[in-house]
Amino acid sequence: MVLGNYKSAVAARSTDKGILSASQDGGIVTQLFAFALDEGIIDGAIVAGQGAEPWMPEPVVATTRAELFAARGTRYTISPNMALIKEATRSYGLDKVGIVGTPCQMQGLRKAQLYPIGMRDVPDKIALAIGIFCMENFPYQGLETMVEDHCTVKMESAVKMDIGKGKFSVYTERGGLSQIPLKLTHKYEQPGCHVCLDYVSNLADVSTGSVGTPDGWSTVFVRTKVGDSVWARAVDAGCFETKPIEDVKPGLELVTKLATDKITKNQKTVEARASFGVKADGSGKALRNPYL
Amino acid sequence: MANKITVGHVHMSGCTGCLVSLADNYEGLFKILDDYADLVYALTLVDVRHVPEMDVALVEGSVCIQDENAVEEIKETRRKAKVVVALGGCASYGNITRFCRGGQWNQPQHESYLPIGDIIDVDVTLPGCPPGSQAIRNVCVMAYLLLQGSDEQKALAAAYLTPLMNLAKRGTEACGCDLMYDVINQGLCMGCGTCAASCPVRAITMVYGKPQIDRDMCIKCGACYAQCPRSFFNFDVINEFESITELIGAAMGQGGE
Ligand code: SF4
Ligand code: SF4
Ligand code: SF4
Repeated sequence: MVLGNYKSAVAARSTDKGILSASQDGGIVTQLFAFALDEGIIDGAIVAGQGAEPWMPEPVVATTRAELFAARGTRYTISPNMALIKEATRSYGLDKVGIVGTPCQMQGLRKAQLYPIGMRDVPDKIALAIGIFCMENFPYQGLETMVEDHCTVKMESAVKMDIGKGKFSVYTERGGLSQIPLKLTHKYEQPGCHVCLDYVSNLADVSTGSVGTPDGWSTVFVRTKVGDSVWARAVDAGCFETKPIEDVKPGLELVTKLATDKITKNQKTVEARASFGVKADGSGKALRNPYL
Repeated sequence: MANKITVGHVHMSGCTGCLVSLADNYEGLFKILDDYADLVYALTLVDVRHVPEMDVALVEGSVCIQDENAVEEIKETRRKAKVVVALGGCASYGNITRFCRGGQWNQPQHESYLPIGDIIDVDVTLPGCPPGSQAIRNVCVMAYLLLQGSDEQKALAAAYLTPLMNLAKRGTEACGCDLMYDVINQGLCMGCGTCAASCPVRAITMVYGKPQIDRDMCIKCGACYAQCPRSFFNFDVINEFESITELIGAAMGQGGE
């Protein structure tokens, strides 16, 4: 169950060279939204665009391929994409909304669909939800501290950031590389991530991430009827090159391991919160548990 | 449908926006009234002058405690209804009526407005100003399933309604500040932005990944906190979003795929 319900899992990459060259993995999100836009499956998609400061994402509603392409790239900090979910159906007038987000954003989305308390007319307009894999996230100022204080690189000079092989790496425009052990970055993680019990966007229509597949490829879980239909159409249309997930290394074994590690660790945090403080009788006094 | 439930809309001090939100289900409203619920009381729509016995009372608006009629009617509602739903921000939390100081034409003595939960016991709280049409629809369908469904449907409806029952137990005060008190201060906010989308008066903006609340603008409707995935998140229900969405669609007479 750590990987959620899914109908199929594959390794995939976009067949569009332009999309692939600008992606850190298989270009799944951009390609699938581009196909969905072309086919009228969605009228627009909420994606992370460039915000006011270097490396700061800001949610945008992309209604054309050009807008979609302008918003590419992983940013390692939070883009509150759910903030636009109602606005997309109002000011932007979308009837069929696409949204990409982290597992927690997919949770917000599905809660909004079932309990649309402040989400009038939103539930029926959610047309395609793509979830990404997420181990943890950094608030902007956390990332800034890692890059500027630890790595001594100015945010505006960084051209690429990367997490892998136990290191956080920042590449500069003049060819420099600055690395710190990932361990040093943990304290800058967003506290809210430490109670997060989902690694692979269990509640998305389609979820994807680079873990499990070789460089340039992505792991894809197709989860819902909507996801299944859109994915099948996109593959039929030649948008993706796919391989059985069993044929690639390291495959679902690694995804399962990381998901289990994350969920086990965070479940412990949730449990520890139940007796965080101390009551007069000596027993534990709890912090709030969002899952009760 | 053999056994329809009986539902009433009880109008306290509210703007009728909650009733309009219910009506904005369009054909869905007719479907509800045709198959699932008889509307036995609704001053705006039904010619019945006294609160009758009913299964579910949807109460809109807060109670002016200087208005004897209102106080009597809300107490009568509690005595006559099996399930009382605080429908919307005013009934749930006072909402905009919290700001009343009295003095308004032509009943200046009406100055104290309380959420219905301060006068009677409330079973289900559905915040928002107004609550989304589809949220009211879902609560109506779930109330029907709870009272008339199969055992399996009863269990689902109970699970669905549980967090809204817990909101009723949580109290009668709400504010954008709840995002600070009960989410950020509790180390639970992950910056998804859902709260900002849910606010009817756009009092919330996302600043550096966290909600920033314009506290003067907040009308205290309670939507943001209730909508936040870190206020309540019931995996047993939300993990089944696809089948529940289909179930509600089928109940509303919308064909499958
Ligand atoms: S770790 Fe969880 S809470 Fe944090 S950003 Fe990722 S999905 Fe959201
Ligand atoms: S909805 Fe909740 S978790 Fe999401 S940004 Fe708002 S307060 Fe934080
Ligand atoms: S901040 Fe907005 S959504 Fe939250 S209680 Fe105030 S008015 Fe309602």
